[in-house]
Amino acid sequence: MGLLSRRATCNTHGQDSSYFLGWQEYKKNPYNEVNNPNGIIQMGLAENQLCLDLLEPWLMKNPDALGLKRDGIFIFKELALFQDYNGFPAFKRALVDFMGEIRGNKVSFDPNHVVLTAGATSANETLMFCLADQGDAFLLPTPYYPGFDRDLRWRTGVEIVPIHCTSSNGFKVTLPAIEQAYRQAQKRKLRVKGVLITNPSNPLGTTMARDELYLLINFIEDKQIHLISDEIYAGTVFTSPSFVSVMEVLKDRNLDQTQVWERVHIVYSLSKDLGLPGFRVGAIYSNDPVVVSAAIKMSSFGLVSSQTQYLLSAMLFDKKFTKEYMSENHKRLQKQQKDLVSGLEKAGIRCLDSNAGLFCWVDMRHLLKSNTFEAEMELWQKIVYHVKINISPGSSCHCIEPGWFRVCFANMLESTLKLAIQRLKSFVSSIAMKSQSHQELKSLRRKARNNWVSRLSLQSFYDREQDTTTEPH
Amino acid sequence: MAIEIEKPSSVRLSKVAISKTHGEDSPYFAGWKAYDENPYDEIHNQSGVIQMGLAENQVSFDLLEKYLEEHHEVSSWGKGAPGFRENALFQDYHGLKSFRQAMANFMEQIRGGKAKFDPDRIVLTAGATAANELLTFILADPGDALLVPTPYYPGFDRDLRWRTGVKIVPIHCNSSNNFQITPEALEAAYQSAESMDLKVRGILITNPSNPLGSTIQSSVLNDILDFAVHKNIHLVSDEIYSGSTFSPSEFVSIAEILRNRNYKDAERVHIVYSLSKDLGLPGFRVGTIYSYNDDVVTTARRMSSFTLISSQTQHLLACMLSNHEFTQNYIKTNRERLNKRYDMIIQGLKKAGIECLKGNAGLFCWMNLSPLLNEPTRQGELELWNIILNQVKLNISPGSSCHCSEPGWFRVCFANMSEQTLRVALQRIHKFMEQRKVCSVNQ
Repeated sequence: MGLLSRRATCNTHGQDSSYFLGWQEYKKNPYNEVNNPNGIIQMGLAENQLCLDLLEPWLMKNPDALGLKRDGIFIFKELALFQDYNGFPAFKRALVDFMGEIRGNKVSFDPNHVVLTAGATSANETLMFCLADQGDAFLLPTPYYPGFDRDLRWRTGVEIVPIHCTSSNGFKVTLPAIEQAYRQAQKRKLRVKGVLITNPSNPLGTTMARDELYLLINFIEDKQIHLISDEIYAGTVFTSPSFVSVMEVLKDRNLDQTQVWERVHIVYSLSKDLGLPGFRVGAIYSNDPVVVSAAIKMSSFGLVSSQTQYLLSAMLFDKKFTKEYMSENHKRLQKQQKDLVSGLEKAGIRCLDSNAGLFCWVDMRHLLKSNTFEAEMELWQKIVYHVKINISPGSSCHCIEPGWFRVCFANMLESTLKLAIQRLKSFVSSIAMKSQSHQELKSLRRKARNNWVSRLSLQSFYDREQDTTTEPH
Repeated sequence: MAIEIEKPSSVRLSKVAISKTHGEDSPYFAGWKAYDENPYDEIHNQSGVIQMGLAENQVSFDLLEKYLEEHHEVSSWGKGAPGFRENALFQDYHGLKSFRQAMANFMEQIRGGKAKFDPDRIVLTAGATAANELLTFILADPGDALLVPTPYYPGFDRDLRWRTGVKIVPIHCNSSNNFQITPEALEAAYQSAESMDLKVRGILITNPSNPLGSTIQSSVLNDILDFAVHKNIHLVSDEIYSGSTFSPSEFVSIAEILRNRNYKDAERVHIVYSLSKDLGLPGFRVGTIYSYNDDVVTTARRMSSFTLISSQTQHLLACMLSNHEFTQNYIKTNRERLNKRYDMIIQGLKKAGIECLKGNAGLFCWMNLSPLLNEPTRQGELELWNIILNQVKLNISPGSSCHCSEPGWFRVCFANMSEQTLRVALQRIHKFMEQRKVCSVNQ
């Protein structure tokens, strides 16, 4: 026996990657303020836990939504039987209004173009099944969410070709980088079906500038391919620049109702903005009715529970509540991010300037023993096992420069964040002390060898510099 | 030279997206359309089309409603919503332990304790639709084949084949032996696959059967398992209707067969279950895969990321199904009511001169209208079906949509309506049959 499919036995599920291994370590020894204060602090999980306390009172004030009642009448039977893949109409209407609000109402969405799916995980995979055949490729800017390796490739057989972005320009997408990726795909004999961006970006925590979006639209227009914009973090933009959706840019350039309009698709979810990953609420939005039609049929494999659709239709219809919620959400995200950034700064660690997301893109290149991914892994292991913080190494996000890490801040209390920063500070100091005492020892040895003190210390300073940067790995 | 009309959309999309394997263009769906456009209503539209093509269980809702009314806290995480936060964040693909435990218990109760289920072997999916597709992804590669006995649930054409690229090779069953699966039919199907150069990876049975409405006998299950062992292939048993068997003793699960064999050869067996039929909750999207194979469990769990059950729903059902008093009473009462409905429809059809396959489970009966066909062909069957849809105004499912090899059989659902509506449907059938008698006398 033991004869399973190739899909079942390959590694494309990605669970052997460091991203998942860190999770496993955390699960074995999870930090708890009271019961396990020396445990591992989870900073590898992009969850928004900052505003769940705002949802709880809303639930108490709206017992009908939870109790499956409408105007006091029990509608359990209606919901229990509702398995229409077109989705609960009231929920889709409420969802598109919410999506519009997040985009400052600069774009409006048509509920008939929405396909509901069990989370964005399902939405992204479904779009791949709709837009690409096995062996085709999608171009993705790096660094990207590690889950894409599984979501876009595993069961679909689609390939990902990276568009490499670097710190030289804040990891922005450039035309040469896109063209290089396209050529790379061609070299590998892969047919490119589109580009997939995450905007705001995971793991960068930044929103795309208009010129980046123009670049991408021009490119897909020229190559006649698709553009998927995963806007799952759209509601987490907590400071300027404000969020610009690809739909807005298309409208601004009067590209609505053109062919390229039909090749742009958005993915959304309530897992990050509302902090409800357990409820499995995702959506595909497409301007192409053929895509909508195919995706809707495929959504049979991952429909949203009608019980949950009903609850959330009531919640999202309460516009007063959602406005207040989003405003408070942004405030708290901004504060938590500021705390992390300033705390890291005091430890001599800088972050990429960010205005969105539930994480920071942290520059630890200066802590690497060498400019290599092996050194990055070594550092990551030290941070997980000794500093006891789970963070995501840039290599798991396919970053082309070693030394960057994604550090999440929205899934913990302020006090836990402070503790994590403290641990990192101590860690960085200990590295500095280690290299300092290493340097002092070497200096003493040299002084002992030569009685020309000033010339020798100057000379040995240069020697020490060389030693610390060229240690073999 | 003909001018080619360019269809940019279809060129831009995947082969999967533009294929017809989703099955929604079949004539079968015209019935749904006719119903949607003119649905029967007891008060407002008494001449409308009665939907008898939908295998839904509406006979026991009052029991669920009563439970929910008496246990508000299961819908609301209690006063002050203490468990809400944890529940809202819970997206672990292992699923809520309490829910898996409750499902295992429920499945054991349905089988009268004749089989045991380990909650750690339960993988949760958003419905049996997802479970069947997921298993196919795991057990077979694109281009491989699964053997499925006919007649079968039309949805399998989409669920097992569409995105997976796997093929279905039918195991032909016929009325000469009440559509039972025979070793000869199994072998014939296997040979047929081989002759088409298809690698057979497994057999998928539905027990109790949809559309037959009958359980598979113990001896037949043993034959099927022996065949799977002999060919070294998998066996998937879709037991979605297990709780809808009218008499508990008549359903034998593959789990029981394995237990009797001390779980020898169990690693090739996988069971699919769901709450959509037994509990009448298709909207909540609750399906499961139960596998005796560790690798399948691990892989299925990872793949279930694409189709997780809402944690809100897991919570509600964990509470409900952990209530032993409720589940015992529900299972017993549901069976009795379905049995009563079945008797009603069989008697009614008999009075109209129509025979059905002897059934003992499910939400439908398998009706034999072959004597009424103009010609004993698929075309003849579709013509008759059209008449029943447009003149008698009943949407029933033609056997051809279930790949039945004998024309003239129809699946008729009886549990998705009130008793009164069922009576109206039976009256219409009676009238139709009377009219036909008159017509044939006059010819």
